[in-house]
Amino acid sequence: MARQGHRHRSLAMIEIRQVQKTFRAKDGAVVALNDVNLDIGIGEFVSVVGPSGCGKSTLMMCVAGLAQPSRGAVAIDGRIVSEPFTNVGVVFQDALLLDWRNVIDNVLFQIEMRGLPKAEYRDRAMSLLERVGLGGFERKYPWELSGGMRQRVALCRALVHNPPLLLMDEPFGALDTLTRDQMNIDLLRLCEGGGKTVLFITHSISEAIFLSNRVVVMSQRPGRIVEDMTISFDQDRTLDIRSTAQFVEYEKRVYDVFRQLGVLSDKRSSV
Amino acid sequence: MSEMEKLKPGRIVRAFDWIYPTLAFVAVIALWQLIVKLTGIHAFVLPAPTAVISRMQDATLLLAHNTPPTVIAILSGFLAAIAVGVPLAVLIVAFPKFDKSFYPLLLGSQGVPKVALAPILIVWFGFGFVPTFLIAMLIAFFPIVIDTVAGLRSIDPGYLLLARSMGASRLKIYWRLLLPNALPHMFAGFKVAMALAIVGAIVGEMVGSNDGLGYILVVANGNLDMPLVFAILVWLVAVSLILTGLIELLERVAVPWSRKSRNEVMARGSA
Repeated sequence: MARQGHRHRSLAMIEIRQVQKTFRAKDGAVVALNDVNLDIGIGEFVSVVGPSGCGKSTLMMCVAGLAQPSRGAVAIDGRIVSEPFTNVGVVFQDALLLDWRNVIDNVLFQIEMRGLPKAEYRDRAMSLLERVGLGGFERKYPWELSGGMRQRVALCRALVHNPPLLLMDEPFGALDTLTRDQMNIDLLRLCEGGGKTVLFITHSISEAIFLSNRVVVMSQRPGRIVEDMTISFDQDRTLDIRSTAQFVEYEKRVYDVFRQLGVLSDKRSSV
Repeated sequence: MSEMEKLKPGRIVRAFDWIYPTLAFVAVIALWQLIVKLTGIHAFVLPAPTAVISRMQDATLLLAHNTPPTVIAILSGFLAAIAVGVPLAVLIVAFPKFDKSFYPLLLGSQGVPKVALAPILIVWFGFGFVPTFLIAMLIAFFPIVIDTVAGLRSIDPGYLLLARSMGASRLKIYWRLLLPNALPHMFAGFKVAMALAIVGAIVGEMVGSNDGLGYILVVANGNLDMPLVFAILVWLVAVSLILTGLIELLERVAVPWSRKSRNEVMARGSA
């Protein structure tokens, strides 16, 4: 459990304050994150987009307590994160399933590692699998599943203990476009009305806009936050929404940011 | 596998694969018989296969009587090597200081020819089971430690991050994650260890025992009973095939997800 820090009243669940992260490399220190400040409220779905290597995964690791900032701090529920934060579900780009466990036991791995009673969570695990279209696959083994199915199992594993916070590091980055679209819809359904706070790292701008209440844009390394957009749509989030003027406008704003940063250029760069 | 797979031509080819080694085996035996008959080599230099087989029939009781001590020495040496080797490997991986202190010593100890230890062990423990068992164990022990260490370290670091986000204890991480993940490597070590334990037990019996297949091998050799020497060798081959086959079988049951078996599925699919 997180150590007791000083509490202060705030609606924010996650507070990221002046976080800097430096890595030692062969040719001196590499600054991965530079003075990152971000508040994430309870129930918010916040996506972080940025060019590869901008430190967005590092940021998530700092929030999870799996890495410590070199300077600054992260607090969750008012407590400084100084060791792995465990009241959370985590999904990485790799599904990280255990080959020796079938689908249901992979989902229940979460429960076992936490020392919770497995029997009490079995039904919930089954219904989660059902909801992501994996009903009837409980006894299959990871090597019998496609990449998308594996990631769905990983998603169920991250949710089975009903955590208030979900941390996702490019969870659909390795999937093909169609599978990715379906996963986006599944994720929205699973989070619907659950009051879950989600920090979602991605390099896909449209995925970020499609899923989130807020899209945070990071610059190239050393990563800092250059834009923080609130996303809302007049209609329900279905795949069709991606062709609406509102959606396209959001996309354009993110692209403009990247253009200003020099990450993107309409002129062909001279190589 | 699925019905489709059964229909694939690859399976039919595989079904008759045993024909090749069988034909080759028969050809070698026939050639041996032919050379002995044509050249008239004396039986105490090289007995004909027919002579070996008939000697084997005469010596059935002798072989039957001396097999259990050898098999017991092999299996007890092998199991003791696992009982010592696996925990030692865990200590090496779990405690870096232990690793730094003892791993070089362990590697260095491999320079000692275990067979050369036999006279010392006989001085210490007298003739009989104990020195035979100890040689089998000492010789089988090394590959088990090396492969278990490699297996424990083969874990994708992502799994460790995941486990830490679940608040899992070190014990659980080892027991539910690292050890099962190491099993394919461990079985590779077990196979080598079993082959070596057989060598160790035979050598042990040759120098320091009053029964067992190694002992009667020395006696038969002393009597210039070459057909019996060959009969014992053939019988030993059968025994070691059964014992190593046992490990293979165990591996298939315990580690159905091992890379090897998965590659087999793939190879069959593409055949």
